Amino acid sequence: MLWKTIKRGYHQLGSPRYFYRFSSAVLPWLTPIALITFVVGIVWGLAFAPPDYQQGNSYRIIYIHVPASSGALMGYVAMGIAGMVAVVWRMKMAEIMIKAIAPFGAALTAISLVTGALWGKPTWGTYWQWDARMTSMLILLFMYIGVIALQNAIRDPRQAARAAGLLAMVGVINVVIVKYSVEWVNTLHQGSTLKLVGESTINPAMKYPLLISMLGTWLLYAVNVMVRARTEILSRERRSGWVKQLVAAGGR
Amino acid sequence: MRAFRATLMRELLLLWRNPAEIINPLFFFVMVVSLFPLAISPEPKQLALVAPGVVWVAALLAVMLSMDGLFRRDQESGVLDQLLTAPVLPVIPVSAKLLAHWLMTGLPLVLVSPLLGHMMQLPTLALEPLMLSILLGTPSLTVVGAIGAALTVGLNRGGILLAVLVLPLYIPVLIFGAGAVTTAVQGGPVDGVLAVLGALLALTLSLGPLAVAAGLKISSGN
Amino acid sequence: MVFDSFADFLAMGGRGVYVWTAYGISAVVIVASMVQAVRQSTVMRDTLARQARRQQQTENTHESGT
Repeated sequence: MLWKTIKRGYHQLGSPRYFYRFSSAVLPWLTPIALITFVVGIVWGLAFAPPDYQQGNSYRIIYIHVPASSGALMGYVAMGIAGMVAVVWRMKMAEIMIKAIAPFGAALTAISLVTGALWGKPTWGTYWQWDARMTSMLILLFMYIGVIALQNAIRDPRQAARAAGLLAMVGVINVVIVKYSVEWVNTLHQGSTLKLVGESTINPAMKYPLLISMLGTWLLYAVNVMVRARTEILSRERRSGWVKQLVAAGGR
Repeated sequence: MRAFRATLMRELLLLWRNPAEIINPLFFFVMVVSLFPLAISPEPKQLALVAPGVVWVAALLAVMLSMDGLFRRDQESGVLDQLLTAPVLPVIPVSAKLLAHWLMTGLPLVLVSPLLGHMMQLPTLALEPLMLSILLGTPSLTVVGAIGAALTVGLNRGGILLAVLVLPLYIPVLIFGAGAVTTAVQGGPVDGVLAVLGALLALTLSLGPLAVAAGLKISSGN
Repeated sequence: MVFDSFADFLAMGGRGVYVWTAYGISAVVIVASMVQAVRQSTVMRDTLARQARRQQQTENTHESGT
């Protein structure tokens, strides 16, 4: 029963037309929920969470830094999975997703880097450290740029998406290896043993706003992906009957 | 197996007849390395400090630049389409092509690397690890670079795009390759680091050719 | 609110520059990506609508011509 539902959901969402209808229904309420969740998390973190006993108030950058980093990583992994589906099964919706996921993921990676640097300066006196996390994030940004550049260079949209998907698949493996190799190189050249976050114990009063802003960021990501996927669906299916009807009816 | 050998011989013969493709990466490697003493300082101590990184980055760039034309000629002459529609799995001729390419471009880099290491004032005990690390590392670079070459084969601005795609993927090999030499200079045990390079090589050799074949299929629109 | 006053909130214990720059840049980047997504969608709809109208016109002229 459950399996049948999953299978039906997969096939329905796999159809661009169904996804377009589905997202038309979902977006009007998902967008405000995402915005409210995000703003609540950030405002709670900025104004109502207690200050850190060591870092004072500069730690409050965590409420954008960690959600952005997690969104960036999840986005790349999702792109790799979509890439696999697109390359192996040639599913149209997966191709569309690869294109829709990349831009906001790259934006979140850039945010993660900038906020990390701005957090680093007051905390340990430098904007940039070649530690495992920041270096991996920088490489992640390069790989997002690679996927976007490859997509833009190939004219045929289906071919572009599948090429980018294959690159994203290889990239996912690379992210994991880069993380461990940079950790290793830091043990080789001792000296940069600074820790980014004191991760062991986090006060619940600090944790809840972090979880909320994280959820909010993911929801915003979902909204962004849906809007971009809808554009791509219209572009690809412009010759099909249902898009023509939609355009004739004036839009939604 | 016969398909593998036939492609290998054909590729080796083609490269042999066009020696610029073998010699240019080698010249590039030597020239880039010799820029550093001029740019940094001819002071032996300073050079020895940066030598592992310099030699490795130069080798990496040499391999990367040699990748650009890997599939282009085959695509223009239509050999690529034949290869993809032939009854043998495309992985087999692709692997043969990669092996031929590495033998003709990667292996010469391995052979001259001790010379360049010496010119960069590396201590003698680090020359063998340098050579071994380049021997274990460049095949990975060739295979991973070939994925990028396969994805950009039909594009006219392939060169710089290839660099953008491939350089982030080269980073683990660079870290452990240069790391092996640095470890040797510091007098540490090199075996473990070389083993990691070997593991990366095993990973790229097992999955890489499949990805290259898939990339070629995508690029040719099949 | 854990801060005593709004000025305190802005000062962030002397680290206001870092905190507010981080949030400012993040806001700009997120808003820009959202605006870009929505604008591309409107542009695509407009283009399709214009194409549809043009096609309609050519069909009409053909009909009146024959």
